[in-house]
Amino acid sequence: MKNILGIWVNGRWREDAVADNALLLDYLRDGLGLTGTKQGCDGGECGACTVLVDGEPRLACSTLAHSVAGRRVETVESLASDGNLSRLQRAFHEHLGTQCGFCTPGMLMAAEALLRKNPKPDRAAIRAALAGNLCRCTGYVKIIESVEAAANAGVAA
Amino acid sequence: MNAPDRRIAVVKTAKEPHGVGARLPFVDGVEKVTGTARYTADMPAANALVGMLLRSPYAHAELLEVDISEAVATPGVRAVITGDACDMPFGVIPIAQNEFPLARDKVRYIGDPIAAVAAVDEATARLAISRIRLRVRELPAYFTAAAARQPGAVLLHDNKPDNIERQVHNEFGDTQAGFAAAELVREETYECAEVHHAMMEPNAALAAWDNERGHLTLWSVTQVPYYVHLTLARCLKMEAAHIRVIKPFVGGGFGHRTESLNFEVICALLARAANGTVRLLQTREETFLSHRGRPESHIRIKLGLTRDGRLTACDAEVVQRGGAYGGYGLVTILYSGALLNGLYDIPAVKYDGYRVYANTPACGAMRGHGTVNIRFAFESLLDSMAAELGLDPFEVRRRNLLQSPTETINGLIITSYGLPDCLDWVESASGWRERKGKLGRGKGLGMACSHFVSGSAKPVHWSGEPHAVIILKLDFDAAVTILTGASDIGQGSSTIITQVVAEVLGIGYHRIRIVANDSAITPKDNGSYSSRVTFMVGNAAADAAENLKRILVASAARRLKVDESEVVWLGEAAAVSGDPERQIPFAEIAEEALVGTGTLTVKGTFTCPPEFQGGKHRGAAVGSSMGFSYTAQAVEVSVDMDLGTVTVDKVWAAIDCGFALNPMSVEGQVQGAVWMGMGQAISEETVYENGRHMAANLLDYRVPTIVESPDIEVHIVESIDPNGPFGAKEASEGPLSGFMSALAAAVEDATGHRFTALPITPLRVFDALHPRGNKKPPPTAKQGDA
Repeated sequence: MKNILGIWVNGRWREDAVADNALLLDYLRDGLGLTGTKQGCDGGECGACTVLVDGEPRLACSTLAHSVAGRRVETVESLASDGNLSRLQRAFHEHLGTQCGFCTPGMLMAAEALLRKNPKPDRAAIRAALAGNLCRCTGYVKIIESVEAAANAGVAA
Repeated sequence: MNAPDRRIAVVKTAKEPHGVGARLPFVDGVEKVTGTARYTADMPAANALVGMLLRSPYAHAELLEVDISEAVATPGVRAVITGDACDMPFGVIPIAQNEFPLARDKVRYIGDPIAAVAAVDEATARLAISRIRLRVRELPAYFTAAAARQPGAVLLHDNKPDNIERQVHNEFGDTQAGFAAAELVREETYECAEVHHAMMEPNAALAAWDNERGHLTLWSVTQVPYYVHLTLARCLKMEAAHIRVIKPFVGGGFGHRTESLNFEVICALLARAANGTVRLLQTREETFLSHRGRPESHIRIKLGLTRDGRLTACDAEVVQRGGAYGGYGLVTILYSGALLNGLYDIPAVKYDGYRVYANTPACGAMRGHGTVNIRFAFESLLDSMAAELGLDPFEVRRRNLLQSPTETINGLIITSYGLPDCLDWVESASGWRERKGKLGRGKGLGMACSHFVSGSAKPVHWSGEPHAVIILKLDFDAAVTILTGASDIGQGSSTIITQVVAEVLGIGYHRIRIVANDSAITPKDNGSYSSRVTFMVGNAAADAAENLKRILVASAARRLKVDESEVVWLGEAAAVSGDPERQIPFAEIAEEALVGTGTLTVKGTFTCPPEFQGGKHRGAAVGSSMGFSYTAQAVEVSVDMDLGTVTVDKVWAAIDCGFALNPMSVEGQVQGAVWMGMGQAISEETVYENGRHMAANLLDYRVPTIVESPDIEVHIVESIDPNGPFGAKEASEGPLSGFMSALAAAVEDATGHRFTALPITPLRVFDALHPRGNKKPPPTAKQGDA
C-alpha cells in the first residue's frame, strides 16, 4: 500500500507516493535516483548507507521512509554547494580518504554530522563517530587524516 | 584553410602536481566523494527484471529433480532456469574447469546455486523461488581437508582421487645435506583459519539481452572483464563478438573478483531466457558464499640454521581446504611453494602441497595469493629459532639476505632488492633496540618480512599477445584520451596510468582523459590480479606515450620548419633549440599531427620476456615475475591479560616498491594491506557448522572497525627496478603477509606465549594465559563431518 510521503530531501520539499514498507534507502536510490547512498550489507552491518536525518547520522537501510516523514534528510549528493566540494569531500579526495569509494558516502555523512557538532575533534572522537562505518581499503589511517584535514580547513567552502 | 582559431587555445602553466612521483589525488576521486560514481547496482535499470537465486540447503547431494513448474506458473515471472540452461563447465584455469553456473546432477556446498528466477519485482521473484521443489539424495559431506582425504570418502569430483585437486612435490637444492649442515633444526605446525575478502560492494550484475541481434551486454563488478567475456561466450555458446562487457566503478575486490563468478553467468542466462534486461543483486550473505577467499591451511615447516643464523634448508608441507570447486586452487597451492623463495637466500627448499576439495564454498585468490599463510609459518619459526640461538629478529634476517641481482634456486629472477633498507628503517623507527622486550608485561613488539610478485610473468591464457596494451587517442580537440582495459577497483590504476602518460608527454592533466573497461571501446587487458597493473600496464602506457611523443615531435618540427633534432619538447608546447621565443602550443602541434591522417590512435605494449617466466619444472610459471616488492614491518601490541584481547597500537612498515609513482597511493596501499593482515591475525575467520556458513555477514565476520585500527606509518624505499615503469614495482599485496607473524611475535613479547594458530582471538589468548580456566575450544575446532 502506498501513501504520500512529505519529506525534505537535500533541501527540497517532496511529496511522493511511497509504499508503507519502503526503506529510506530504497526510496532514495530507486525512487529518487540518489544512488550515492550505498547498500553494502543485509542490514545495519556496514554503515555505507549512512545519511543525515535532522542532522543526525542514520542507517537508511534500517529506516522506514515513512518514519522520517516531514523531516530533513541529507545525502552525499547534498554536500557540494555551488559546484564546489565541501571541505570534507575535498579532504577525502586530496588525502586519499577514499580508495574504492564504496564506503565513502556513508563515511562522509557520518563525518559531516561529527564536524557540525564538534568542529575540532581529536582522533578518539573521530574514531567514535565513524565506529559504525566499515572500510576495507584504507585501514582507516587516511580517513582519519582526511577528517582532521577538513576540520583544520575550517568552514571554507 | 578553414583551420580553427587557435587564439582561444590557452597554454596553462600547470600548478598541479606533475607526472610520476607526485602525490596526485585519484583521477576519479571527485566522482567518489560526490556520490556520482556509478557502481553496478547504481546503473539505471528502471525496466530491468529482478533476478534471484535458489541456493542449495544441502552440503553434498545428488540432484534428482528440480521442479520449477509452480515457479514458472507464478504471475509476473519471466524466466526460471536450472542447470539445464548451461552444460559448459567454467573456471579460471583452462585445465581445471569443473563448475557450472547452476548445479547439474550434484550440489557440493550449502549455497551452491541450483535455479534462478527473473520476475517483475522482488516479491514475485521471492515467491517463485519458494515454489521450486527439490528432490535429492544426500551424500556424505566433508568440512575439513583431513576428512575429505580419508580413505573411502565420496569424491566431490570423480576425476580427483582422495579429493585431492592438486598435489605439488618439488625440491630445489639438497635439503638433506642442508639439514645435516644445520646446527639447529626445528619443526613446527601452524594453522590458519579461512578468511574472506569482504570488499565493501556486494556482488551485482546487470545483463541486457538484445534479441533482435542476439547480442548481450553485461555490467559487472569484475576485476578481469575479459575472463568474464570469455566465460560468457563459453557458457552461453555465443560468439565473443556478440558480447559486450562493461566494468563500472567497483567497490574493491582483493581477489574475490579475479575469477568469473557464477552470478555473472547466471544473470546473462536469465536475461537471454527472459528476452530482456535482468539485474541480479547479491546479498552480503550470498557474496560471502561466492567466497574465493584464502583457504584454511595446515602447515608443517622445518628449518635448518647454522649457529650464526644462516638458513641451510627449508622443508614445508601445506594442506589447503580448497572448497567445492577448482577455481584458482592449483595456482594457490603452487604459489605457497614457489614464494618460499625470493625473500631470503635459502640453499635448499623442499615443498609438498595438497589442495583438497571439501563441501565448503570454493576458495580462490585473495590479496597475497597463496603466499600469506606460508609466510606466517616461515617467519614465526625463523623468529623462534633465532631466539633459541640468542639472535635478534632483525639480525637473523640480515644474515640471510639475497644479493641482487640473482636467480633463486627455483628460477625466480630478482633484479632489485630493497629489503636491507626496509629493515634499517623499521628497526630505527620502531625504536626496536631500546624497546624490544622492555615494554613490560602486556606490551610487546614484533617484526617480520614479506614479498610479492609485480605481476605474474605468465598469464592464464598464453595467446602470444603482449602482456599489456594501451591506446592513446589524439583528436581535433587536442585532448589525449587513454583507452585501457585495466580495471580500477579502487587501487588507483587509472590514476597511475594517467600519471605515466602525463610524465612522458609532459602535458597537463586537463588535457588527459582515461576511458576504461568497456570491451566495445577499450583494448583487452589481462586484468587486475597478481599486482600486475602498475608494472605491466604502466610500462605499456609509457611505451604508448613515447610513441605518441615521437609523432608530435615530428609534427612540431614540420610546423616550425626545423629538423626534429632541433625541437625542444616542452609538453604543452614545443620550441626551437637555441631560440625559445619560436614556439608553438600543443593544440597547434596536434593540428599538424592530424594533417593527412586525421584522428591519431597510438598503441603501446609491454611483453614480459621468456627468461622471467619461471624455470623448467612443472608449475614453474606460478610465482615468476619481473619484479618483487619487499616489506619489513614492526607491530606494537597491548594484550589485556584478563580478557585476552589483543590491541594493535602501532605499525611501522617499510616497502621497497621500486619507485613510488604516486607516494600517497603507495602509502594507502601499504596501510590497507597491513590492516587487512591485522584482520586475519586477530579477528577474521569464516566459520562453518555442518557446512553452513555461520559468519556470512559483516558483524559475525569480524572486519576491524576504525576504533580498533592503529596508526600505520609507512616508509618508502626506492630500489629503482631496472624493468619497472620508472623503476616501479608493486606495493599492495606484499605488505600483508608479514603482519601475522609480526603480531604473533609481539604477542609473545607481551605474554610469553607464541601462538601458532590464526586468528589470535581473545578466546585463544585467554585459554593460553589461563590454562586452568575455561577450556571451551575455539569455534574452528567444532567443525566435523555430517
